[in-house]
Amino acid sequence: MSTISFVLNKEKVSVDVEGDTPLLWVLRDELKLKGTKFSCGKGLCGACTIHVDGNPTRSCVLPVSSVANLEVTTLEGLQEDKEYQKLKDQWVKKNVPQCGYCQPGQLMSATALLKSNPKPTEGDVKTALSGNICRCGTYQRIQDAILDASKEGDSNE
Amino acid sequence: MSDKEISGVGAYVVHDSAHKHVTGEAVYTDDLPELPNCLHTWVVTSPHAHAKIKSINIKRAESFEGVEAVLSAKDILGTNDVGPIFPNEPVLAEELVEYVGQPVVIIAAQTRELAREASHLVKVEYEILTPILDVREALEKKHFVAEPHSLQIGDSKKALANAANRLQGEIDLGGQDHFYLEGQICVAHPLEDDDMKVYSSTQHPAEVQKMVARFLNLAKHSVVVEVRRMGGGFGGKETQPANIACMAALLANKTKKSVKLRLGRDEDMIITGKRHDFYFTYDVGYTNEGEITGIELNLASKCGHVADLSTSILDRALFFSDSVYYLKDATINGFPCKTHTVSNTAFRGFGGPQGSFIIEEVIDVISNKLKKNPHEVRKLNYYGTEDRNVTPYHQTIEDNIIHEITDQLEVSSDYQKRYDEIREYNKNNKYYKKGISFVPTKFGVSFTTAFLNQAGALIHIYADGSIHLNHGGTEMGQGLFTKVAQVVASEFQVDLSRVKITATTTEKVPNTSATAASSGSDLNGMAAQNGAQKLKRRLIKFAAEKYEVDQSSVTFKNNMVYAGDNEISFNALVGEAYFARVSLSATGFYKTPKIYYDRSTSKGRPFFYYTYGACVAEVLLDTLTGECKVTRADILHDVGASLSPNIDMGQIEGGFVQGMGWLTNEELKWDDKGSLRTHAPSTYKIPVSRDIPDVFNVEILKNHKCKEETIYSSKAVGEPPFMHGMAVWHAIKDAIKSHGNYEKEVKLNAPATPEEILRALDSM
Repeated sequence: MSTISFVLNKEKVSVDVEGDTPLLWVLRDELKLKGTKFSCGKGLCGACTIHVDGNPTRSCVLPVSSVANLEVTTLEGLQEDKEYQKLKDQWVKKNVPQCGYCQPGQLMSATALLKSNPKPTEGDVKTALSGNICRCGTYQRIQDAILDASKEGDSNE
Repeated sequence: MSDKEISGVGAYVVHDSAHKHVTGEAVYTDDLPELPNCLHTWVVTSPHAHAKIKSINIKRAESFEGVEAVLSAKDILGTNDVGPIFPNEPVLAEELVEYVGQPVVIIAAQTRELAREASHLVKVEYEILTPILDVREALEKKHFVAEPHSLQIGDSKKALANAANRLQGEIDLGGQDHFYLEGQICVAHPLEDDDMKVYSSTQHPAEVQKMVARFLNLAKHSVVVEVRRMGGGFGGKETQPANIACMAALLANKTKKSVKLRLGRDEDMIITGKRHDFYFTYDVGYTNEGEITGIELNLASKCGHVADLSTSILDRALFFSDSVYYLKDATINGFPCKTHTVSNTAFRGFGGPQGSFIIEEVIDVISNKLKKNPHEVRKLNYYGTEDRNVTPYHQTIEDNIIHEITDQLEVSSDYQKRYDEIREYNKNNKYYKKGISFVPTKFGVSFTTAFLNQAGALIHIYADGSIHLNHGGTEMGQGLFTKVAQVVASEFQVDLSRVKITATTTEKVPNTSATAASSGSDLNGMAAQNGAQKLKRRLIKFAAEKYEVDQSSVTFKNNMVYAGDNEISFNALVGEAYFARVSLSATGFYKTPKIYYDRSTSKGRPFFYYTYGACVAEVLLDTLTGECKVTRADILHDVGASLSPNIDMGQIEGGFVQGMGWLTNEELKWDDKGSLRTHAPSTYKIPVSRDIPDVFNVEILKNHKCKEETIYSSKAVGEPPFMHGMAVWHAIKDAIKSHGNYEKEVKLNAPATPEEILRALDSM
């Protein structure tokens, strides 16, 4: 056991866990943030995507010790975020989610994309989201939602 | 959602949980708060495909720190059997293991890690037996899980003997893992009197209840099963969750503590069943134009170690092996082959896609022989509307609209022009080849086991006018809860937000059927409507008495109730009805009329109605690598008068993507010892964002109500669009054909992975 501190959703937190515990379980079991989902446990499906210092990262294969003193953001911490809000509104408007289980991860990847690339092309979207699996097959709507969110406010610029 | 105009039946609404899905607030089973001291689990499974258990030693595991229970079959309190149709399908292996991954011992410990560590201390001695792993071997040895079943119409022998042309062939079709993003999970809470509360990610709470009760030797009333939503089901949570729930409940019963059993991805893929693989052979006679004059089909399904739902799935495969084609003289045989692999199970389409796959292959092979466009041969064989409309199971098709769908889609997809252009493109390109296909579909709707076609609902109206809705259907992302709420909102003419959607629980509606066979909204929508109408009649009677008007003058509209010249808000009327002691709670019930099937004669009307559709797919194939890209897909799909067009469109898009995955990149590989080697997304590839068509045009067929009395004349939508993935397969085949100038025979098995495509190209 060791005490590991990091910034979670803009607030400093400290947890007493084994340093090799995957961050996903620290978030879900210790800190009770259930918006980040477990699915494949191998960093291959994207359901557990969070941001570490703004970069989309798979939390299920990330030892908590590796985020010591870094900034971790989960879906819960994005609620006031401008890019996320645009995306979220498009997501609902376009009725993107079916079962919904992968969507927190999809939104984390999408938000990171718009932050680093505010005007992505269709190809950019496909590439940025290619690591987020959706078994319901909502990809077309996800893509449309991201592209439309990225165009929001264009007429005012 | 305050405006009724945008929330009733047929309105363009979003999924009821969409707002929660995007904030992470939607609660799945794993997200429920855990009770203090909740135990976690590990399942010890068989490393052998076929072996006798000689001994099980759990001593060291039991004394491992943090371990609270280590159980095997001998600890089961009731019956060790979760067979949904046939008996003797054990949860925990007794004397025999029959697949790699079969649960043998279950462990509960303070953490999952401890349970896993303890699992290494369990010693099971086996005497290894010879397994049968291959469906062909099982077929040859007549190693079946149940009796074969056949459909017959006319005289196929004679027709084949007299045919102008005749050909035979065979093809393999692979299975498919469900890969629901939320894996199998269950939380069992022990209660007083040995009762058990079970939170299960299941499409079939009533069956989980039944199996857990039987496993613990309890009456069903002692077990409550609840599910608010699943993170995907696709059929994988129809029978499989009962196994998981039985294990969790037994551990909870023994330890008197709450127990969570959540399978990891690898365990989930290894332990639980998948879509059935098939091996097909055919013998077909046809005219010089390509019309089928006689056919014999043999469908051998790889069932795995027990029957599970395999017989019903094989029945549906037989029923669907006509697709939209009239087979006058046909014999269709189904063989449920037993292999020492995990028992295969329900998966979106339930054998239907496999059945339709073989007839589409046959048509394609005929077209190739005759050097004709397969689309022309398909049309030539379409069922008629007034004649040529009797199926091989002797149901007369009364609602055929495939000709209209074909006409419309030919125009909207610009089919013929693109077909010609692709021929031209392929002439001028050596390594890249394009392919196009036009594949129609017909999907029979109903459970083919008649008694399953029933549903119940429970509706309360509280004194403030708010409505509580419950029914037997489960929500796995298909939007069922939203649709049924739309039905209730429409009946009362109130805003959708006035109808509270609640978790499915065996406490509210008993003895329900699985949410399966695409029947969710057909059955539960009708049951909820029935309940709502009972309440409405009571309110109408009350309003008529209160205002001294005729009952016929009482109407509901826009959150108001009108009685003659009087008007009152729905909420106020309900409030007054409460004080007047009117009962404001009602159950609803529905059973599908007209359907029956006599298995002894293979005749009947297993389907209430059919839904139709067609897809034109176009692909670009790199013949040097076998890599393939779907460049365009156009789908026209029939949902009757849609209950919820936005939700239906999502089902059509998603069904296509999943169907495409089945026949292209999703490949399950077992080794020669019967071990599944593809049990994670690293080796099992489902479609991702890059795989969807570059151009994806999806449309709902307009102005076609269901001809039968369904809920608001709508049609089922869950499974049928899955069939459209077949168009991708045929487009790939078309591209491969161009490699041989459309003159050579193509031998392509499914799935068409790049390796399989290269093999097919090389063999030309």
